[in-house]
Amino acid sequence: MSVPAELGYTKEHEWVAISDDVATIGITAFAAEALGDIVYVEPPEVGSTVTAGDSCGEVESHKSVSELYSPVNGEVVDVNQTAVDNPELIGSDPYGRGWLFKVELSEEPADLLTPEQYTQLTEGEG
Amino acid sequence: MSQAPVGGARRTPLHEVHEALNASLVDFAGWLMPLRYGSESAEHRAVREAAGLFDLSHMGEILVRGPQAAEFLDYALVGQLSAVGVGRARYTMITADHGGVLDDLIVYRLAEEEYLVVANAANSDAVLDALVLRADGFDTAVTDESAEYALIALQGPGSTRILAPLTDADLAAVKYYAGYRCTVAGHPVLLARTGYTGEDGFELFVSPESATAVWDALAKAGEPHGLLPAGLSARDTLRLEAGMPLYGNELSLDLTPYEAGLGRVVKLDKPGDFVGRAALTARAESGPTQTLVGLVGRGRRVPRKGYGVLRDGVPVGAITSGAPSPSLGKPIAIAYIAAGTDLSSGEFAVDVRGRAEVVDVVELPFYKRDR
Repeated sequence: MSVPAELGYTKEHEWVAISDDVATIGITAFAAEALGDIVYVEPPEVGSTVTAGDSCGEVESHKSVSELYSPVNGEVVDVNQTAVDNPELIGSDPYGRGWLFKVELSEEPADLLTPEQYTQLTEGEG
Repeated sequence: MSQAPVGGARRTPLHEVHEALNASLVDFAGWLMPLRYGSESAEHRAVREAAGLFDLSHMGEILVRGPQAAEFLDYALVGQLSAVGVGRARYTMITADHGGVLDDLIVYRLAEEEYLVVANAANSDAVLDALVLRADGFDTAVTDESAEYALIALQGPGSTRILAPLTDADLAAVKYYAGYRCTVAGHPVLLARTGYTGEDGFELFVSPESATAVWDALAKAGEPHGLLPAGLSARDTLRLEAGMPLYGNELSLDLTPYEAGLGRVVKLDKPGDFVGRAALTARAESGPTQTLVGLVGRGRRVPRKGYGVLRDGVPVGAITSGAPSPSLGKPIAIAYIAAGTDLSSGEFAVDVRGRAEVVDVVELPFYKRDR
């Protein structure tokens, strides 16, 4: 399962890419594979404040619905409307066109997992 | 998000086939079963448009044999199995004394004095126990044959084209709900024209030793026709679109067949007593307190099992099954609502995790194939 080396991860299976104090967030290939066909995603609204570890949206697949957790603290500045309209992109391109939302960081994120730590976590669950 | 670890679950005779196909496996009623092989929507569409191949070896098979087999089943089940011709099958139920459903069943009459009862995996032991208990005093033997059979379902409009070159059976003569002994790819098979998808199709009872060869032959013959192996996830959305009940969702020990809108399977006019007769007669006269309705969501959030149904904001029932419908492109659900609820007016909604999602009440089934 693909775990890009340049990203940070959470144990709730989100990935985080940070550039100029803005974090881009999505769900990992491992999560997308476990969920199956994704039919609906609801990222947090632009302008809302998110807190690391708190639920901020949902991802729905055929069999289940999962909460989306923010990996960081800050304000949502963008959501991927293309992925909202075409949720299958989250499964087919989770680290690319399937990104979910962007957060302007209010502080440096703590406790993100390294790719090695995340790989270890998924091997335990897989 | 991950699948629960699967420890002691039993493996079907097709387990290695599923592994080779890289299936997502889940523990279902104590069996390690394929949830999906790839995209569940693609598997669902394959069954609607071409064909799908399912492993149903987890289902229970119980053989009832003896001079009084027919009389015994008339007593033990709600249907009149003595009226079923040899080679035909019947959808029926087994209830408790109080009329609650123990399981829904397909019963095949294999010979004058021999029936095969097919039970849901989760209820197989309970059905066997009940049948053995009820057989007391009848000249009949009840035996668990589940280990003798693998069950493969070939479902979809392409099923006949795929199966015909592989079998010596005249498929045009195999009627709906009929079962025949024949060969498929050279292996002895009990072939039935039954299914749980809303499509034409067949179910093949084969010996565990023949299962892989028969599966492989069907998969190979089906490939040019667009056949895909299909898992339990697609099976669930297919049966839901077809408005078919699932034990544990629409059917349970707390409900009689009348609540599920399946009172027609209860043959109150058959001669002799049967288990549940008194309670079911009373229920037939008083009418059910709840009824099943179909709901189609206007938005995209899916009403799921257990969510409350509201009419003009007032609770009237609860969802028993819900899923995104690949055929409709919308969420669909089945719900029990209080009998007498006015369906023709008012706004219906489902409480989807604290937010009301507007739904339309529709007649079941959601999907009906062109015949």
